[in-house]
Amino acid sequence: MLNFLLRRIGVMFLMIFLVSTMIFFMFRLMPGDPTAFVVDPSIPTEAREQLLDRYGLNESLFVQYQIFIKDLVRLDFGDSYFYNRPAIEIIQEKLAATLILMIAAMIIAYTIGVLIGALMAWRRGTKFESFAITFALFFRSAPTFWIGLIAILVVSVQFGLLPAQGMRSAGTGGGTFSEMFLNLDFLRHLILPTIVASLYFIATPLLIMRNSMLEVMSEDYIEMARAKGIKEWKILYYHAARNALLPVVTAGALFIGSAIGGQVLLEVVFSWPGLGREIVTAVTRHDYPLAQACFIIISAVVMFMNLVADLMYAFLDPRISYN
Amino acid sequence: MSEVKVKKQANTQSVFKLFLKNVKKDKLAMFGVVVLIFFIGVAIFSEALAPHGPRDRHYTEEGTIKRLEAPSLSHPFGTTDVGRDIFSQVILGTKTALTVGLLAALLVTIVGSVVGIISGYYGGVVDTVIMRVVDFFYAIPFIPFVIVLAAVLKPSIWNIILAVSLLSWRTVARLVRSQVLSIAKRPFIKAGRVAGAGDIRLMFKYILPNVVPLIMLEMAFMVNWAIAAEASIAFLGFGDPNVPSWGQILHIVFTTGNSRVAWWWVTAPGMAIVLLLLSIFFVARALEEVVDPRLRGR
Repeated sequence: MLNFLLRRIGVMFLMIFLVSTMIFFMFRLMPGDPTAFVVDPSIPTEAREQLLDRYGLNESLFVQYQIFIKDLVRLDFGDSYFYNRPAIEIIQEKLAATLILMIAAMIIAYTIGVLIGALMAWRRGTKFESFAITFALFFRSAPTFWIGLIAILVVSVQFGLLPAQGMRSAGTGGGTFSEMFLNLDFLRHLILPTIVASLYFIATPLLIMRNSMLEVMSEDYIEMARAKGIKEWKILYYHAARNALLPVVTAGALFIGSAIGGQVLLEVVFSWPGLGREIVTAVTRHDYPLAQACFIIISAVVMFMNLVADLMYAFLDPRISYN
Repeated sequence: MSEVKVKKQANTQSVFKLFLKNVKKDKLAMFGVVVLIFFIGVAIFSEALAPHGPRDRHYTEEGTIKRLEAPSLSHPFGTTDVGRDIFSQVILGTKTALTVGLLAALLVTIVGSVVGIISGYYGGVVDTVIMRVVDFFYAIPFIPFVIVLAAVLKPSIWNIILAVSLLSWRTVARLVRSQVLSIAKRPFIKAGRVAGAGDIRLMFKYILPNVVPLIMLEMAFMVNWAIAAEASIAFLGFGDPNVPSWGQILHIVFTTGNSRVAWWWVTAPGMAIVLLLLSIFFVARALEEVVDPRLRGR
């Protein structure tokens, strides 16, 4: 198990390294002035020359790449043009907001999705099942950002129930973690984006759980449990659902990669001050160091989530041995 | 050679027949086919169907701009804040959505299938190397990648198709490969080799016809994926500014702040996306039942 864990973490770091390398060459080899990606083009020429020297941009591409990798290891992504501060500081501020929204939505979507998915397989062929399928497919087909716009229009504008923008009301909250996240105002702002995100996430666990439950339910031991006279709901959740969970976890791991896309769109719609919104504004402001840093960190987050899913998989299925 | 050809035709034909049978008995699949044909028709004749240009401004009889008018007979989907006809924009956007969807899906399936067949056919080191490359492409988050790509390239429809294709062939490659792995071990491949068929011939005349149904299915899903991706990119403002698209309409309504006021401006393009994606999905599901017999009767 330890061996597997170490190897898996090794692969993760290799992938982060490769993705960073790709982004490095993408920015440098594209048409236009490549130095614009590191030094703000709007500053005076002499200062610019000095900065080019300092960042080693007069060196060969290979030397630049070496510098880039050295900085990457120290988590130094250069300074953001717009904020005039190290990009990593800005990312630290935004990362928590992104993770809270994403994890809250994932937990809700997977809990409800798994429970209802199991029930759907159990009540196969009923009105309840076809309604749940249509519901899931609708929210999977509808673009997340559009559902977000509609939710704001109905819930926030029409009925004035929940705030539609940002993470806190104007003039409240401070800089520390507890001031930012541990209060009712933040929770109120969290509700609407979380609901919209979970509606988008829910189709995957729901439909996969249903399919794998259908398979499990034809197994002999379910028949056996029935013969023993065990209560219906106990068979459903204790005997069948536990074994049907495995494919949900695997699919969940692969889904995280595309989930982050929906997350970016939602952060824009709800003006949620997270990494996704930051990468969009950074690109529109031509703030390349920040955009590059955001991209690398988002990739790292996705890969880390995949790692967690892999470990959960190993934990859930005792048949799998990694030695 | 002719024998193989006959076999291939028979395969595609029977897939089509089974598909039609499915459509007849499955109401949702029927709905999908009808709506999809409708959208394709609108896309082909979009220029003739759209009553106005996407950027034409409309004035009332008194000469003021028709700002943010709710749907009426002259403007079925209402007007924008600068008096443009949303109905025309949605109709013209249909063409963009379907063009991007089909072209990107075609590119993705061709590249993915070729890579998948090569990987599954040769196996060994070739397979390992290709699959590690596939793993790498799985590690890149899609939307953030496209955003960064938009920063470096000029925004255009072609770059969106390129970006979607660049990151989506991996899915097809992995699925086709796993299918090819088992086909490549079957006796008729050995027989073909003994008869003197070369690698290329074995891959594309013997193996390919057997994975065509799977490829068609994946292509249907890829069309959906590409349309959704294009809408998302355009919504974020990285789309082609010169081509009217559903995502672009939503981008403008959102950035001008009118998404909180003009429900018609938000609803029309969104419903168009949902309907098109749902219809393709139902068609794909009917196709899936043909390709994967285990699903029949579920």
